[in-house]
Amino acid sequence: MERSSNRLFTTQDILGFAVLAVIIFIVLPMALDSFRLNLFGKYLTYAFVAVGLVLCWGAGGILSLGQGVFFGLGGYCMAMFLKLEASTPKNTAIQSTPGIPDFMDWNQLTALPWWWEPFNSLFFTMIAVVAVPVVFALIIGVAMFRRRVGGVYFAIITQAFAAILTILIIGQQGFTGGVNGITDLRTLHGWDIRTNDAKEVLYFVNAGLLFACLLIAQFVRKSKLGRLLIAMRDQEDRVRFSGYDVASFKIFIFCLGAAFAGIGGAMFTLQVGFMSPTLVGIVPSIEMVIFCAVGGRLSILGAVYGALLVNWAKTSLSESFPELWLLGLGGLFIAVVMVFPNGLAGVYAEHIAPRLSGLFGGKTGAAKSPKETPAE
Amino acid sequence: MNMQNPNFLLMVEGLTVSFDGFKAVNDLSFYVEPNECRVIIGPNGAGKTTVLDLICGRTKATAGSVKFKDKELLAMREDQIVHAGVGRKFQTPSVYEDLTVFENLELSYPKGHSVFGALTFRRDANVKARIKEIAETIFLEDLLDEKAAYLSHGQKQWLEIGMLLIQDPELLMLDEPVAGMSVAERKKTAELLRRIVEDRSVIVIEHDMGFVADIATRVTVLHQGKTLSEGSMERVQNDPKVIEVYLGH
Repeated sequence: MERSSNRLFTTQDILGFAVLAVIIFIVLPMALDSFRLNLFGKYLTYAFVAVGLVLCWGAGGILSLGQGVFFGLGGYCMAMFLKLEASTPKNTAIQSTPGIPDFMDWNQLTALPWWWEPFNSLFFTMIAVVAVPVVFALIIGVAMFRRRVGGVYFAIITQAFAAILTILIIGQQGFTGGVNGITDLRTLHGWDIRTNDAKEVLYFVNAGLLFACLLIAQFVRKSKLGRLLIAMRDQEDRVRFSGYDVASFKIFIFCLGAAFAGIGGAMFTLQVGFMSPTLVGIVPSIEMVIFCAVGGRLSILGAVYGALLVNWAKTSLSESFPELWLLGLGGLFIAVVMVFPNGLAGVYAEHIAPRLSGLFGGKTGAAKSPKETPAE
Repeated sequence: MNMQNPNFLLMVEGLTVSFDGFKAVNDLSFYVEPNECRVIIGPNGAGKTTVLDLICGRTKATAGSVKFKDKELLAMREDQIVHAGVGRKFQTPSVYEDLTVFENLELSYPKGHSVFGALTFRRDANVKARIKEIAETIFLEDLLDEKAAYLSHGQKQWLEIGMLLIQDPELLMLDEPVAGMSVAERKKTAELLRRIVEDRSVIVIEHDMGFVADIATRVTVLHQGKTLSEGSMERVQNDPKVIEVYLGH
């Protein structure tokens, strides 16, 4: 009795991963000029967040409206390192205190705050990009899940955290760069990240990291922990009274989502060249949930497509009709909720996969129950 | 009754829970022996389900003590109580509808209960054999690959009992296991319960008197959060107090 769900990859999963790999590693780099490729690289950084949301929200039923916090924390860690490297005494000779970031000088700071010091080290920064969001998620997770806060209450509280962090960053201008964020980032260990060549390399590094996260997500979903998350979503009490400490599983998956988001944020900073509070707050956090919902909240690959498509639509639409974009985004969200609740992946599983399998002689095991078979 | 009797598996003493002043369970005491099948009956609102909730930790008691094998359960978290050997079945069948029967049983298999354990859990031959064995006991051996959502009501009840059996608890608590079952399913469930009781203690809440007479070693009648009567089925049935508040009409 071999059960497909126990294998790490079914044939369908392999196909799904392969198609996405071809699109990201071959089709996009060949079809797009360097400017557009960089834009898609930026979109892919949001895919990290969306994949994390599939695990938390789709699989575990934990809806976080504050993923921007973790994206931002990862991004700020990277930005702090890059800013310090750009603020050499030579580059900042005209400041009243040379050698510190320009915005600190404008705010009458005369020395680097102690908590900026460790970000002189690239090694420390790379750890912090993951560790800072994870520790933050751990604190929120322990505080919320141990007290059995869930559902809507959890969503609202995470949203409050997004608001708080934004206000904090804007208010502490001298330490954080305020509303402008941390800008004018130049080199990574002496390597100029502003050139087209560098952006191309970063695109591939980003894509590689995304696939690493996708593989981790796939492993988690196919492990017993993945099935436990589904079980918890449906019957939390039954899981608890089967001898599981439910809170620890929720904390784990929330932290994993935060780690993914942090990596995405750091890659955003590297590719776009700045980090600002506009990427941390409530609106971007909700947008990230929409990427995930459009792609299909049950499918990790769907989330990547969702992030790509929604952002591409956002760029194209706001280039031609800037005032219409927000309306379009709202409409899209309503449409997803009402018409296709499982997003693109759901549409694929219900309408396209059965036809494809018909074409190829029905070997793909035509989706037995369209309701819950996410395309992967 | 001798309170220090080491032969009791479960000792409930002075158990009280108060919801905003209303005492749903009021100074309740009872004792369950190993291999006993205790049935709790009583009118609606007597506190039957609340008693099970208190024992398994779902509701926190206001006062009293619940000792299981000399361990105080009231101080433990729900999952720790499960690991101590107490299993609980809910009134409405609580199974994981999006998962298959096999997966439902697998998640209840007593291994890999930590985060790390769940990530590294392997579906080895022992696990498969045990799941197959349990599936045969609960009459679902042909439906292992079926999603639980597609099972009948009675089959879901069996599945949940199976999910408890796979943990091999020393004390199993069942809340109305035959509610909503057909006559044929009821008979099979009674047979299942008799087999289960052979090597563990069971506390059952049930309304169906025929079914109660079929399985009970002893019966406790609850009324307004207190014990109204206790003893063999025959004794309880002939107790005038019981006839007045419960069986009489």
